[in-house]
Amino acid sequence: MKKIITLVSLALGIGASVAHAHGVWIAPSSTILSAPQFVTFDAASSSVPFMIDHRPLVIDLLTISAPDGSKVTPVNVMKGELRTVFDAKLEQQGTYRLELIRSGFRASWKDAEDKPKRFMGTAEALAKEVPSDAKDLKVTETDSRMENFVTVGKPTALKTTGKGLELIAATHPNDLVTGEPVEFTFLVDGKPTEGVEVAIIRSQTRYRNSTEEKTYKTDKNGQLKVTLSEAGMYWLDADFKDNKVSNKVAKERTLAYVVTFEVLPQ
Amino acid sequence: MRKWVPALIPALVAGVFANQTVAGEITVKVTIPQINTAEYHRPYVAIWIEKPDQSVHNNLAVWYSQKKTDKGEQSDKWLKDLRQWWRKSGREQSLPMDGITGATKAVGEHAMTFIEGKAPLANLPAGQYNIAVEAAREKGGREVVRVPFTWPVKKVEQAKATGQQELGNIAIELKP
Repeated sequence: MKKIITLVSLALGIGASVAHAHGVWIAPSSTILSAPQFVTFDAASSSVPFMIDHRPLVIDLLTISAPDGSKVTPVNVMKGELRTVFDAKLEQQGTYRLELIRSGFRASWKDAEDKPKRFMGTAEALAKEVPSDAKDLKVTETDSRMENFVTVGKPTALKTTGKGLELIAATHPNDLVTGEPVEFTFLVDGKPTEGVEVAIIRSQTRYRNSTEEKTYKTDKNGQLKVTLSEAGMYWLDADFKDNKVSNKVAKERTLAYVVTFEVLPQ
Repeated sequence: MRKWVPALIPALVAGVFANQTVAGEITVKVTIPQINTAEYHRPYVAIWIEKPDQSVHNNLAVWYSQKKTDKGEQSDKWLKDLRQWWRKSGREQSLPMDGITGATKAVGEHAMTFIEGKAPLANLPAGQYNIAVEAAREKGGREVVRVPFTWPVKKVEQAKATGQQELGNIAIELKP
């Protein structure tokens, strides 16, 4: 859906400087646990985060890392018409991290008959399938990271990889309560970066007339501060564009970061 | 020399006690209210002393079911529902906590007296505090009640607060 929306917005010429990856999400049944147990997850792409109304999310590339770094295999995976479901047994104390990293190249051009063509895939496939002298050829590298955190017991520190768009939360994402300010720092390839566009939406949008989406831009230290006054499941999407491509066939790189976090009442 | 030794003893004894005031006492009375509902479960309750910055100075009591459920699940599964306590202290603890954790309590008033410097009440430096009581009930609600107090006290003092749903009167009595 992210890709579809991005393409649609490009086609319609309504894309802002950065197209938000609206609508891809993974929602855990719990984020804070006091004893080891199963947690179940819904994953989908939809019109608005957390609304199950469009397509299941492909989770082939999903990894679940235990606090000690070992991998947990999702079980009871069910890909429905509208959403993907999976369970994970969380047995260790500390923070589990779910990561879904997708990267590749996107191209659009016009063929000999002036018909618009599109491509999404690896650089190798791009070289094979897209003529390098195609008319109006536009190639973009895309790199997106989706994360979820679930903690058993005490939250443990989170590490970043230094690749792509990443988040450092001054307050652990499994330690958020209403009314306390949260400071987020966004990194691009490991460096705090100004101008990252961030959107935050609280769940249960069906039961209000506005999505109440809040948008922000990071300051020169790559930071933004928010105070979330209402409890609930939140979806955060961050987007950035630059020209640090890994393959010269693309002129531009679009980076996206999506995380789901829960804010509890005091 | 022998002559002044006996005279020295009272001075020595006085010296020993000079820096030591008698340990203060805090009595906490927690009332678990009667709740009319089809399926009543006793609440999980945490009682602690809270510092002005809302951090936990000292846990006093945590009541929860330590039995396994019918499904074989550990009952500490539900401790996270004591949300504030879990965030501020519970998740840091290794459970059960000696002298602090105990079984859930029935409807009614439960009085506990804590003596300063004697487990589970640590030394309490002079200052402003709250007695915080949090209750969470299965198929019910959750509530936190705070009773502020200043420590130490010169004479016996009493304070009280009342919960709205999950807790009744929380009364404290402070003794110097």
